[in-house]
Amino acid sequence: MKGIRAEMKLAPNLFKNPELKATRAGFGSAMTALGESDENVVALCADLSGSLKLGDFISKWPDRFFQSGVAEQNMVNMAVGLALSGKIPFATSFGVFMPMRTLDQIRISVCYNNANVKLAASHTGITVGPDGATHQVLEDIAVMRVLPKMKVIVPADAVETEKATISAAKIDGPVYLRFGRQNAPVYTTKDTPFEIGKINKLRDGKDVAIVACGVMVYISLLAAEELSKNGIEASVLNCHTIKPIDSEALIKAAKECGAVVTAEEHQKSGGLGSAVAEVLVESESVPMEIIGIEDRFGESGESDELMEKYGLTSTNIVKAVKNVLKRK
Amino acid sequence: MNPHHFDIDTLTFTAKEIRGDILRMLEKAGSGHPGGSLGMADIFTALYFNILNHSPEDPLWSERDRVVLSNGHICPVLYATLARSGYFDLEELKTLRVLGSRLQGHPSRLDLPGIETSAASLGQGLSISVGMALAARLDKEKHKIFALLSDGELQEGSSWEAANAAAKWQLDNLIAVVDRNNIQIDGNTEDIFPLEPLRDKFEAFNWIVLEINGNDMEQILQVFESAIKMKGQPVCIIAHTTPGKGVSFMENKYEWHGIAPSRIEMMEGLAELRLEEVAYERN
Repeated sequence: MKGIRAEMKLAPNLFKNPELKATRAGFGSAMTALGESDENVVALCADLSGSLKLGDFISKWPDRFFQSGVAEQNMVNMAVGLALSGKIPFATSFGVFMPMRTLDQIRISVCYNNANVKLAASHTGITVGPDGATHQVLEDIAVMRVLPKMKVIVPADAVETEKATISAAKIDGPVYLRFGRQNAPVYTTKDTPFEIGKINKLRDGKDVAIVACGVMVYISLLAAEELSKNGIEASVLNCHTIKPIDSEALIKAAKECGAVVTAEEHQKSGGLGSAVAEVLVESESVPMEIIGIEDRFGESGESDELMEKYGLTSTNIVKAVKNVLKRK
Repeated sequence: MNPHHFDIDTLTFTAKEIRGDILRMLEKAGSGHPGGSLGMADIFTALYFNILNHSPEDPLWSERDRVVLSNGHICPVLYATLARSGYFDLEELKTLRVLGSRLQGHPSRLDLPGIETSAASLGQGLSISVGMALAARLDKEKHKIFALLSDGELQEGSSWEAANAAAKWQLDNLIAVVDRNNIQIDGNTEDIFPLEPLRDKFEAFNWIVLEINGNDMEQILQVFESAIKMKGQPVCIIAHTTPGKGVSFMENKYEWHGIAPSRIEMMEGLAELRLEEVAYERN
């Protein structure tokens, strides 16, 4: 495993049939852990508690779960009322419904109040698959990260999701957590560091820095392996926190590598790539490519088919790296 | 307990002083919403000077009753009431809508003590109140949540999501007050987007509904005293108020929903209220 940084404590079977699990599964186990450790943690869900893996929390603490029905706007503001009363509410749904339907509530009541509300959205991105475009939220990172006081976290795998959820409960103020529906490799371990706002550099390489979030982090590692065979060494940065973004690590990577490629399961505009570009144009302008969805809606299909059709594979990353290196 | 516990005569006089504050604040600011602010002065006065358990010296006292003002645009009445109750100096009322002021054009919780939630975009306060009522129940706390709503904001669908939620959890620690003044920006509510039969709607949503003249201090005190004791269901008080109450040329005129009085209009209003005809000085 050339270049993989030992201090990241990634799973030894990183590239050999890693366990597959949806990131949302890590959310369910984190909620159970939080339920045990802090009686102020409460959960709300808009008729999707199974999908959000809240079953265990609900059976253990039925009084601390508020089934909110198909009424997301009310759910978010109930969470605000709970937060303003000292609770740590996790409001949960699919990303297409929350945050997308509830932007006004999130802007005025969550953020302007600086209410201690955690928004946990599952079934985000194109990997939602057969449900099609209506259910594939590709704009949420952009919309959430422009809101003052909001923090935005996109965990890379189920283990990191668990850490992100627990960390979110421990800080004061609004946090948006983004999860996926589809099984994905689990390759971070309980010993992998996690701190909100701190990039994890998973792989060392001097030629290019690949900055990714969510499912694209693993795909970036695969791309780095492929590039290495062609004599190109890539750093891979897991930028799980889109906001506040780790400017220091990004600038350092840009200086060291002189070229950057970003990858996200989200529209190209406004997401991780934009956030990285905003940092770099002001301090360390280097050639950059952004991999994401090209200003269009998704469609029905299997996750891997969609990832391929919409340009989110390791092959796309390899190609982007080769392009960016020409501009170096 | 209530720190003032005024009798009816003192409450009536205080409401009048608050109306004077509202006129002076809006005239000085040059913009804002007099109609609903003047109309709700009696209810705000009754709450803060008689009904509510609260503590101006300790605005975040955990046992306080919560007042969630959902239609944030009538904040002049909230600011004047809070100042007269002792949350901050009356002098500060002059800073309404001025750069750097704690008295923002719409309430900002992080800026001013006594504000339970920032508010402005309509149809949100009842949901926040439901969350507060659920938290109080979970913690076995006895305080009440008073959600102050406008009639116009009941046109927002989210208001009815909240009404459903309050009934689902049978939140008898939640009392909603609908300012039924029949006006909104573009005209009268029944012409713009009808709300009637409003009582039947809340009853169909499994709320207890009480109706009062929201400008009659005796009725206001009585309705709150009985609403507080009701069990098993949330209570909605439909308060029929006169928008612009106390200033004859503003009363029942939707045009006064959202424009400030001129210096002359303010002076006329103060004269009608038999208050000192003095404006806030300009800087």
